[in-house]
Amino acid sequence: MNLDFTEEQEMLRTMARDFIDKECPKTMVRELEDDPKGYFPEIWSKMAELGWMGLIIPEKYGGTGGSFMDLVVLLEEIGRGCLPGPFFSTAILSALPILAAGSEEQKQDFLPRIAKGQIIMALALTEPSATYDAAGVSTTARLEKDDYVINGTKLFIHDAHIADYLLCVTRTKGWSLPEQGITLFLVDAKTPGIKITPLLTIADDKQNEVILENVSVPQKNMIGELHQGWPVIARLLEQATIAKCAEMIGGADWILEACIDYAKERVQYDRPIGSFGMIQRYIADMWTEVGIAKRLAYYTTWLVEQGLPCAMEVAMTKAWVSDVYMRQARMGVQIHGGIGTTRDHDMGLYYRRARQVTLLFGDANLHREVVAQEMGL
Amino acid sequence: MDFTFTPQQEALRAEFKEFFAEEEKRAPEGWTGGIEALFASDEGWVYHRSVAEKLAERGWLALPWPKEYGGKEHSYMEQLIFSEVKSYHRVPGADLWGPYIVAPSILEYGTEEIKREWLPRIARAEINWCQGWSEPNAGSDLASLTTRAVEDGDDYVINGQKTWTSGAHRADHIFLMARTDPNAPKHRGLTYFLSEMDRPGITVRPLLYMNRAHLYNEVYFDNLRIPKRNIVGPVNVGWYVTMAGINFERSMVGGVAEAKRDLEDLVEFCKQTRRDGQVLAKDPLVRQRLAEFAIEIEAGRQWAYNVSWLQSKNPMISGEPSASKYFITELTVRLANAGVEIMGLYGTLRTGSKWANLQGKFEALCQESLGITIAAGSTETMINLIAWMGLKLPRIR
Repeated sequence: MNLDFTEEQEMLRTMARDFIDKECPKTMVRELEDDPKGYFPEIWSKMAELGWMGLIIPEKYGGTGGSFMDLVVLLEEIGRGCLPGPFFSTAILSALPILAAGSEEQKQDFLPRIAKGQIIMALALTEPSATYDAAGVSTTARLEKDDYVINGTKLFIHDAHIADYLLCVTRTKGWSLPEQGITLFLVDAKTPGIKITPLLTIADDKQNEVILENVSVPQKNMIGELHQGWPVIARLLEQATIAKCAEMIGGADWILEACIDYAKERVQYDRPIGSFGMIQRYIADMWTEVGIAKRLAYYTTWLVEQGLPCAMEVAMTKAWVSDVYMRQARMGVQIHGGIGTTRDHDMGLYYRRARQVTLLFGDANLHREVVAQEMGL
Repeated sequence: MDFTFTPQQEALRAEFKEFFAEEEKRAPEGWTGGIEALFASDEGWVYHRSVAEKLAERGWLALPWPKEYGGKEHSYMEQLIFSEVKSYHRVPGADLWGPYIVAPSILEYGTEEIKREWLPRIARAEINWCQGWSEPNAGSDLASLTTRAVEDGDDYVINGQKTWTSGAHRADHIFLMARTDPNAPKHRGLTYFLSEMDRPGITVRPLLYMNRAHLYNEVYFDNLRIPKRNIVGPVNVGWYVTMAGINFERSMVGGVAEAKRDLEDLVEFCKQTRRDGQVLAKDPLVRQRLAEFAIEIEAGRQWAYNVSWLQSKNPMISGEPSASKYFITELTVRLANAGVEIMGLYGTLRTGSKWANLQGKFEALCQESLGITIAAGSTETMINLIAWMGLKLPRIR
């Protein structure tokens, strides 16, 4: 047993934290909330130079071949800094399915470009059904001559507005067994018939409505086999869920540290508020909960990395981390008092992000239900 | 990170598992596994002693000690595995204090003579200890205790009162702290004594738990004479001798394992029981609650493993073990009460009632569990330790 990060992982963490603090401080993060693009191309290029987009892409496809735990370390820092941009959409939600199910030609074509930061991608999975299961996919792809023609509405699609390609999850076969008729396509975002409209969200996190109307996609753009797309997405959802948990943990860590610092500095009744038992209790609870969340998440990450069965642990982690992050964000505002509720303070940013992100990839209730099923209930 | 145990550790786990699964079958009727079961009934005590002798034979009461005193020189991880397996099977047999609190203090502060006299006897399960720490006016603020020890020739003469003394009515020995220098600052005037319980001047009076169980006692010292050779560490350094003793394996993994087992029982019950024409396990609210406990137990297990891992590098860490104690004991109280609530009115029926669910286990647990959030450092003390020691929040004295 060894429950420490490696030296390389500690270095990656330090480097990522320094980079984000320097290149994209919170003032810029909040500036980007009002920016239609939602990211700075210069920072995106520098991230690529640092090898972030290719962190878990194998060396033969232009990446650095890092482990899933490496990715978790990086994502904790991204979450801690609330770093905006299409990293998650591109380097995780799109790269992993291509890596898992793409043809050699597709891998050679896309993965090096992702690693170099040359393309931005978005996963077009969710629809107005707002669920993450196969039954929620009603966008269709129909073979006409040599091309597939896609029709449907995708909703809550992060970063579609700046994407070069969409990884589109479609239904190619009937409904009786929802998981058995799903097919994945790489769709050039400039293809005629695609209409992308940004959504206004609590976290200004650049989600979109994507309407696909008779969008033609060449057969060669299919990822994996016809009708066999769901297992690829199911596996991706496990990986993405734990990856998102790492981001949440990073955010929770920032909130905790901000609260500890503030409680030591802020004076009321002639003493720092951190000397009051009530505030100490809030903070001790937060520290305990986020600490526990980390250990659960690292264990699950290890299971994912080893390719071991982890459906129950992923669900456990998402449920626990979501609840913890939400409590953390709520108490973060409370401990900061009035200033925490203002647009001027960073705490509100984390609160809005937490409210958003805890619902992604299934909320805590959904994941508890998964756990219940895994327990044989 | 690597979450695998070594092949040796896995082999040890298998050995523990085989042993405790077998011993579990010998539990007396109505056995719940808590300390109440251990001290309250004669059958429970006989069961505890029979297992204690077997543990001693195998050397399992002294896993981390040096070989020269009968130990196996194992790490915190082996101790963790032992606690986890033993607690999961709800098997007693390890004195609550001797191997885990008294022995580490002796190992750190005892003279060679003390070590050779007491450690082998603890390893052989020859001693049944009780703990003379708390007093009526010294609970969480333990260092303010007032039991007095006055030097007299080769002895010290002790006068005062201890309370919450679990198992004093079963014990043959007591380890206690008494004030030897009333003029020194409160942490610097205490001394650590070991005594037989049959010395003249000791009176034990029962203090019944809310469910009538005889678990606690009051212990009175009336001119109790303890020879100087029974002092562990220097005179007036007893507080620090005591603190050395609480740096044993503090992951609370045993508490996690007990909760895991309790939840398994509850899950099985919910799968097999119909209420209102529906299997309890199909009730969405029940499913959510059971799943939440499964999550917290798994999260607590990972936390506990990490506490042991951190302790293996630095036994003195403070915040993390306190959080373990806080989180896991509070979880146990919530689990116990959730069990009762899921069972409804049946949940309040006691062991022995033909209508009781799970032999009244959760009825017992929802009372017993209240003790563990208070004993050995209350929840509030744990939170204070996290805030003051772990996070260095300001402390107004």
